Amino acid sequence: MCLAVPGKILSISDTESELMRTGRVSFGGIVKEVNLAYTPEAKVGDYVIVHVGFALNTVDEEEAKRVFQYLDEIEGLDELRETE
Amino acid sequence: MLKGRRKSANQNLITISTLDSRLRGDIKWNKLKFIDEYRDKEASLKYSSLINDITTKKWNIMEVCGGQTHSIVKFGIDELLPEGVNLIHGPGCPVCVTSLELIDKSIEIASRENVIFCSFGDMLRVPGSKKDLLQVKAEGGDVRMMYSPLDALKIARENPDKEVVFFAVGFETTAPANAMAVYQAKAQGLKNFSILVSHVLVPPAMEAILSSKSNLVQGFLAAGHVCAVMGYNEYFPLAEKYKVPIVVTGFEPLDILQGIYMCIKQLEEGRHEVENQYARVVNREGNQSAMNIVSTVFKVGTRKWRGIGEIPDSGLVLQDDYIDYDASLKFGLAEMTVEEPKECISGIILQGLKKPHECEAFGKICTPEHPLGATMVSNEGACAAYYRYRKV
Ligand code: SF4
Repeated sequence: MCLAVPGKILSISDTESELMRTGRVSFGGIVKEVNLAYTPEAKVGDYVIVHVGFALNTVDEEEAKRVFQYLDEIEGLDELRETE
Repeated sequence: MLKGRRKSANQNLITISTLDSRLRGDIKWNKLKFIDEYRDKEASLKYSSLINDITTKKWNIMEVCGGQTHSIVKFGIDELLPEGVNLIHGPGCPVCVTSLELIDKSIEIASRENVIFCSFGDMLRVPGSKKDLLQVKAEGGDVRMMYSPLDALKIARENPDKEVVFFAVGFETTAPANAMAVYQAKAQGLKNFSILVSHVLVPPAMEAILSSKSNLVQGFLAAGHVCAVMGYNEYFPLAEKYKVPIVVTGFEPLDILQGIYMCIKQLEEGRHEVENQYARVVNREGNQSAMNIVSTVFKVGTRKWRGIGEIPDSGLVLQDDYIDYDASLKFGLAEMTVEEPKECISGIILQGLKKPHECEAFGKICTPEHPLGATMVSNEGACAAYYRYRKV
């Protein structure tokens, strides 16, 4: 129950209330209706972290690459140290 | 695939469990770019060798969240770490910390006539003093499993002559969803909807652990999705007061390894800062629009944690304006108290003082088919994770 998972927004349906903003979100092919009230900035094609039917945040694509960059940075530094 | 699902369970249970395990990566899942990258084996091995390089002492690090515990045990991340680095599995599983009292209340309410009792699937098998919610269902109670609290709201609209109760459990992550359900119920003038509130907050639980005399924890991996909602401002005073590094960490194996690396680096260098490994999802301020609805509907209050006891200011309760939606009051159960049984040591496990296989009952009289405690029921519970992935 506690696990939130990333999914891709396929479409967003117009609703009269901001609080009911709903999107169809694909989790690797499994599509679910998700409430987007808390991610007003989310657009079709964005990834959102979804928990119990609500998108909690959008996933920042640039930041997503950082996990690998960080690794490269550490290793780069190590090499620098070794060649000192 | 999933052990211990009872055949009599609602068909929904299977569908969602299947979805759940697909989302957890039990099957190959190449459509989603992020997931694939974060399961990158080579990068994981690099991180584990970096961790080996920088570690010179023994360290006890607690991962707070049950989702992280699940990943750690499933992918054997703890076995990749240098000797002496000990991962302590924290209390971050809402199913596991919901007090026996609230489970008994849920059973009491669900057993009443004219009630439709709605809950996340994980709660149905948590043993109460005498039975669990699935048994109530088998005896004719109208117990339904929901994916989202908004589904329960829909049922309330469709069944105006029934009382519809939602079991609102969870940490900061489910609070925005549960708050929204109550907010909309009030906005729509729905009178036949209420929630049984069992909301718990993570930072007070971390503080309770740190301030305990038997505390072993020297650094924390904070739960990424909790911080996606709350931000991480609350952790700065904690890191300062108890001199512990706190690293906001995601859930993929690579995230966890990077979080451990960042935490050990701080420990080795004698720093105690708040760092954010999970910046692709979490920012310092959290999600303001979610927090606005949460604080409109809920306020902070005392909460009893299963196996641990009462922790001041460690839960959410309904604001006075929303008190009509409190199922405990509506069904006259506010005064009900229940003592916890002695044989299950889940309270000690949740504080990280023992590992699941050190429990006498583990795998013998306590299994996922016949759980004695909630930590054996939930997928995020430490006992269940050990039972599924560690043959000890
Ligand atoms: S193995 Fe069972 S009895 Fe022992 S602590 Fe875990 S849930 Fe409780």
